[in-house]
Amino acid sequence: MSTIWDHEFDTPVFKGKVSFPTGIFINGKFTEGSTGNTIDVINPTNGKVITKIPEATADDVDRAAKAAHKAFDTVWGLKCPGSERGKLLSKLADLLEEKWDEFAAIEALDNGKAFWSAKGDVGISVDTLKYFAGWAGKSHGKVIETTEDKLAYTRHEPIGVCGQIIPWNFPLMMMAWKLGPALATGNTIVIKPSEATPLTALRMASLIKEAGFPDGVVNVVVGYGNTVGAAIAEHMQIEKVAFTGSTLVGRKIMEAAARTNLKNVTLELGGKSPNIIFNDADLGKVVNWSVHGIFFNHGQACCAGSRIYVQSGVYDEFLRRFTARAASLRLGDPFSADSYQGPQVSRIQFDRIMSYINSGKEQGATVHLGGERQGEEGYWIKPTIFTDTKPNMRIVQEEIFGPVGVVIKFEDEADVIRQANDTVYGLAAAVFSQDINRAIETAHKLHAGTAWINCVNQLHPQVPFGGYKQSGIGRELGEYALDSYTNVKAVHVNLGHNL
Amino acid sequence: MTTTWEHEFNTPVFKGKVSFPTGVFVDGKFSAGSTGKTIDVINPTNGKVITKIAEATVDDVDRAVKSARKAFDTVWGLNYPGSERGKLLMKLADLLEENQDEFAAIEALDNGKTFSWAKAADLGMSIGTFRYFGGWAGKSHGKVIETTEDKLAYTRHEPIGVCGQIIPWNFPLMMMAWKLGPALATGNTVVIKPSEFTPLTALRMASLIKQAGFPDGVVNVVVGYGHTVGAAIAEHMEIEKVAFTGSTLVGRKVMEAAAKTNLKKVTLELGGKSPNIIFNDADLDKAVNWSAHGIFWNHGQACCAGSRIFVQSGIYDEFLKRFTAKADSLRLGDPFATDSYQGPQVSQIQYDRIMSYINSGKEEGATVHLGGERHGEEGYWIKPTIFTDTKPNMRIVQEEIFGPVGVVIKFENEADVIKQANDTVYGLAAAVFSQDINRAIETAHKLHAGTAWINCVNQLHPEVPFGGYKQSGIGRELGEYALDSYTNIKAVHVNLGHTI
Repeated sequence: MSTIWDHEFDTPVFKGKVSFPTGIFINGKFTEGSTGNTIDVINPTNGKVITKIPEATADDVDRAAKAAHKAFDTVWGLKCPGSERGKLLSKLADLLEEKWDEFAAIEALDNGKAFWSAKGDVGISVDTLKYFAGWAGKSHGKVIETTEDKLAYTRHEPIGVCGQIIPWNFPLMMMAWKLGPALATGNTIVIKPSEATPLTALRMASLIKEAGFPDGVVNVVVGYGNTVGAAIAEHMQIEKVAFTGSTLVGRKIMEAAARTNLKNVTLELGGKSPNIIFNDADLGKVVNWSVHGIFFNHGQACCAGSRIYVQSGVYDEFLRRFTARAASLRLGDPFSADSYQGPQVSRIQFDRIMSYINSGKEQGATVHLGGERQGEEGYWIKPTIFTDTKPNMRIVQEEIFGPVGVVIKFEDEADVIRQANDTVYGLAAAVFSQDINRAIETAHKLHAGTAWINCVNQLHPQVPFGGYKQSGIGRELGEYALDSYTNVKAVHVNLGHNL
Repeated sequence: MTTTWEHEFNTPVFKGKVSFPTGVFVDGKFSAGSTGKTIDVINPTNGKVITKIAEATVDDVDRAVKSARKAFDTVWGLNYPGSERGKLLMKLADLLEENQDEFAAIEALDNGKTFSWAKAADLGMSIGTFRYFGGWAGKSHGKVIETTEDKLAYTRHEPIGVCGQIIPWNFPLMMMAWKLGPALATGNTVVIKPSEFTPLTALRMASLIKQAGFPDGVVNVVVGYGHTVGAAIAEHMEIEKVAFTGSTLVGRKVMEAAAKTNLKKVTLELGGKSPNIIFNDADLDKAVNWSAHGIFWNHGQACCAGSRIFVQSGIYDEFLKRFTAKADSLRLGDPFATDSYQGPQVSQIQYDRIMSYINSGKEEGATVHLGGERHGEEGYWIKPTIFTDTKPNMRIVQEEIFGPVGVVIKFENEADVIKQANDTVYGLAAAVFSQDINRAIETAHKLHAGTAWINCVNQLHPEVPFGGYKQSGIGRELGEYALDSYTNIKAVHVNLGHTI
């Protein structure tokens, strides 16, 4: 017996009925959680409950791991040819593409992002699933020359049961990033969506079944981090865990893996990415990109360009135009045709961001724009720009994860690179310059897993993404992602060597 | 001012004088450790002190990291072209080859393995490994990735920075080569902690590294204890990657420490309890020779030792007879005697540990088919030991003994033996003996291990990856795969025309 969510959308941008099971999805079936407790799914525009869904527990994780293990041993893994795995992933992508608007609407309602932005998420999710569908069966082992009395080769085998823990900022897209490479390489999955934004993941569970994935290949368990997340990180039968979220929790995941069965760990963590604008940048384009860098997705992006360094020659003009552009962003209901920005995802996040804004004020930075709530209900925060900061201020050092940018003037090239790299993070960085030397050399000197030149927050399924330093371990997207879901086995066939 | 070790070898297999500094090697110089204390280096043939070397401390690690960081930022990393890094590695290999007898002698004296094995296996593999990775320098290619024509997207395979490396005592020099090779080829700088039990070849290498022309600070060698120097490396905020080879127990601590501090990348090569499965249709004499090599080579002190020997019932009796005769024929003796196969175990601690496992086998009711006792009155020799009549849950069947102790287990059913073989938390290696092409390959493919040997065992090559499934480790050493562990992937997106 499972909960069902029925909802009628009647909005300017989307009208339609949705109805789908929201239970714990294990072994192809939706059920209650082992305790029968539920989780309230909250609408961030007004703090009201959208629906209640079953809460998964550590026992449900155990049940899921068993189902995933059985599926791996019997109907998935190398028992299901790469071409077949690829076909299923393609089918899933097609089904998602057919239901594009429905998924966008659910995402917008659950997360609070504007419908247009959610549509973008769905597009990337479709592309990501299709991209990895194409990789299935193509992670080639090697045949390695040693001597003619040996055949030595490697197999790139699936690992087995993989645990995946995803965040609330791009719920569906993060699911696609995780499922794609894991399924393409033949692993089975126990995935925990964020309890703050579970709805598109639960809708995907039905799609996964509809696409024809065998029962147990993908199991979706929505529960809390300290119960379900911890259970996944500690589970003795889960051989690999992939986590996207805060650096703080990432540490706990890695510690738990070390203490239990030394499962392989990949992490996508926080960032405080620099965006460096030189005098010779194309100013009109830079302003638009910089706005996109920090205000896209309400600043709730791990790679947000939150530290904006502007060379003194263009500082005043940049700040003027950047401020005007930021002030012009329309905050509003996610389903209004002209909204750019909806509310932050939750009360907790709202409070956290406001607390950082207050710390900026208290530590003496100038609120150049915004710095306050918008409206009376829901969690909207106005696009905020701080100036006159000092390097050690919390708003300059720590990840805020909201629509709050700091703009910092610089003069010297070597010095700004040093400042940009002076952080424990290393997820991304952006450089704006029309000079080919300056642009490329700066990008190469920045300690970050992604360096954007004359753009920011641009991701593609085929280009790897991941952190240097405390921003993470491992890479997602691109061919590189396959390595994280592969066990390399070397086989030595002795043809004639005797002792 | 540093300690120096001088020694005159006068043995049947090697005669010669060695003399080299044994201080803490940081920034191209040997010095005392920060506390001035020393570590006794023990000769395992008699328990006596060979020499005292400087003990490195947490402060010395910090000093080493600073030096390594400076070298990385100024004279190494991508400031030093791949072709040049490769040249230095080749030079190091050449110098090692020129001095191979000396190194083999030092290794035999320090570790207790025989001179002939040290020369044939450890030196051969070390030289080959340096040359192999010397050839890879500059060849870890990034990708250029098609997106649209208004973008240039490419990846760089950058060195990570300062890498910490912690190596064990069973193959001291070889483990150093496996670690330095890929790290230096890809442009990283290194702070490496050899085992305090067997530091001498590593310290000799430090001089060779200087002689080869590596800039100061590129390789720093700090000999100290696990709970001080090892921990300091795992916890250091400026070390961006740690590679550890050793026990699963300590591997966990290294990974936890990395998680608690700066989330440095971690690769681990840990323990094993590798199965060696011999089918009725195996070539019996070859299987016997290989099986002895699988468990008795290096005195059983190998992470991938074939310590659980599963023999199909059709050949069990004949195998056991021949295997026992072979084991019994292995000559235990001084590492420098011309006809020794096996020297002492590396230390008193290891000796006690192995004897304790042998006793547990007796107590839990297994049959001592051969050996099971000390050899001689001084030093740490243990006789090649074979247990039979075991049960799966016995400690000698489940746990890694790391000594010349094998368990021989009869089996009948193919599917069942694969299940038994995989029924372990470990997954480092496995071996299959069969002449049937289907049986051999299908079994190898079904074994949950990072290396599967068919009709051989304990055969490693610099070009073939090595590493563990499950709790035997994370990541791969050797082969092209090793480069990935020492590389940071950076994606660069050059926007040529996309506007928003």
